[in-house]
Amino acid sequence: MGMTMTQKILAAHAGLDEVKVGQLIQAELDLVLGNDVTTPVAITEFKKMDIDEVFDKSKVAIVPDHFTPNKDIKAAEQCQCIRNFAHQMDVENYFEIGQMGIEHCLLPEKGLVVPGNVVIGADSHTCTYGALGLFSTGIGSTDMAAGMATGQCWFKVPSAIKFELTGKPTKWVSGKDVILHIIGMIGVDGALYKSMEFVGDGLKHLPIDDRFTMANMAIEAGAKNGIFLVDDQTLAYVNEHSTKPYTVYEPDEDAEYEQVFKIDLSTIRPTVAFPHLPDNTRTIDEVGDVAIDQVVIGSCTNGRMSDLRIAADLLKGKKIAKGIRTIVFPGTQKIYLQAIEEGLMKIFIEAGAVVSTPTCGPCLGGHMGVLAKGERAVATTNRNFVGRMGHVESEVYLASPAVAAASALVGKIVGPEDLDKE
Amino acid sequence: MKVKGNVFKYGNNVDTDVIIPARYLNTSDPKELALHCMEDIDKDFVKNVNQGDLIVANKNFGCGSSREHAPMSIKAAGVSCVIASTFARIFFRNAINIGLPILECEEAVKGIDAGDEVEVDFDTGVIINVTKNQTYQAEAFPEFMQKIIKADGLINYIKSTR
Repeated sequence: MGMTMTQKILAAHAGLDEVKVGQLIQAELDLVLGNDVTTPVAITEFKKMDIDEVFDKSKVAIVPDHFTPNKDIKAAEQCQCIRNFAHQMDVENYFEIGQMGIEHCLLPEKGLVVPGNVVIGADSHTCTYGALGLFSTGIGSTDMAAGMATGQCWFKVPSAIKFELTGKPTKWVSGKDVILHIIGMIGVDGALYKSMEFVGDGLKHLPIDDRFTMANMAIEAGAKNGIFLVDDQTLAYVNEHSTKPYTVYEPDEDAEYEQVFKIDLSTIRPTVAFPHLPDNTRTIDEVGDVAIDQVVIGSCTNGRMSDLRIAADLLKGKKIAKGIRTIVFPGTQKIYLQAIEEGLMKIFIEAGAVVSTPTCGPCLGGHMGVLAKGERAVATTNRNFVGRMGHVESEVYLASPAVAAASALVGKIVGPEDLDKE
Repeated sequence: MKVKGNVFKYGNNVDTDVIIPARYLNTSDPKELALHCMEDIDKDFVKNVNQGDLIVANKNFGCGSSREHAPMSIKAAGVSCVIASTFARIFFRNAINIGLPILECEEAVKGIDAGDEVEVDFDTGVIINVTKNQTYQAEAFPEFMQKIIKADGLINYIKSTR
């Protein structure tokens, strides 16, 4: 029986010719990632093993991005803990404030993840890198500690769901709408323990930034990983950002999939996930009248250049509706700088938005945009659980940068197509 | 090993944000985390939970973030076992890795109500509902995971194999 992309990558990293669904394997790791929330716990566990050094100082990445720039004394202490550890262990890929970015925007940009890799990260959205044709998955702090110590991680070989994408998305439809559509279709546990493999002709109409967004939210369907077939766009991105050697894996023709979904991208409408689960989706045509208080554009899901360009395109020369707080937070320092150079920041500020340094803060209700009781936000982030962005009685509506920017101008949830009608 | 306690029952998709809200993640002290366990789904949980009590929930328990603080806070709050129809995969790994006992058992989830007294035998996977006089059989863990559980977590397991 043939293997999926994920199964082939796992087999190669376990030193096996073949793996089967359900098989427990020990895989060699190409990168182990942690952030300022998860790494302190990992360090405590790491120290219990009485080990003096990490397995490979070039294969550990630590990014203080959640409560940074430090939001309070406790957060400062957590960052101090990981900074000291990174220095002690001589971790090559520690990114201090000033060089950092939101981890899942930063690592691909730095060329640290390339096709064929196996990557674990103590952050659930580590699945983002699957956009580049590699196996990457979120794990917890103890797995991170074990990974840093041994360079290995245990996995149960997953089965897979195949998504065959065809057609071309219409003007205002992005990867965010595609993945929200898919999660709405299969549910928040629709891919539990499984791989989501994305293939098909439609890929050529999905730029890499859109693929990052889609792979990023594979976890919101419960998936172990999301992975895209490698094509010319992938290789162009990888060659531009990395000098690391890579291997391209394609699924076997007789690879077994538990389910196959054929999706015509041209039929997908701008899509919004209503509170309080990412699978509670409606098309923009079904949204109705939802007044909002805050708009959040950015995050590891949608904080890349193309996301900011789409938002700026809609906000240019216009004013955000009275009383609406709009927060734009670019994914990395490099994206921030490029957005300045392209004049996007001027557009945001003149429209009445605030621009933040790269941070995970607003997305998880950490800082920089926490919601009060009864408040509603439209966000380009990834989760809309109860209390995700603040008060337990606040609400988050997940959407694309286009829908978020259009909504900021009107003060209620609308699509970009509706702007002319307002 | 056996545990016994009263049940706190929840529904589908109990996510890590309600188990331990991100506003408390500026610490990794288990005792401090335990003070806010389940706060955004059940604000009285911490007040009402007793050492040895169990959490029983429907499908996809622990979905969302990778924060190990979620199973840590549950364990530190005194919960002896979580039984669910299914667990989200990162929560599943984290629970095994830190030695918080978890069991997947659809039948038990259907039979058990909030407040029931339940006894669990981890060696056999047998779950006894003392209140309702019912017995359920949970699925056994693969041998590799049993080794991690017996070593009281992944770190001890790795230490023992080095």
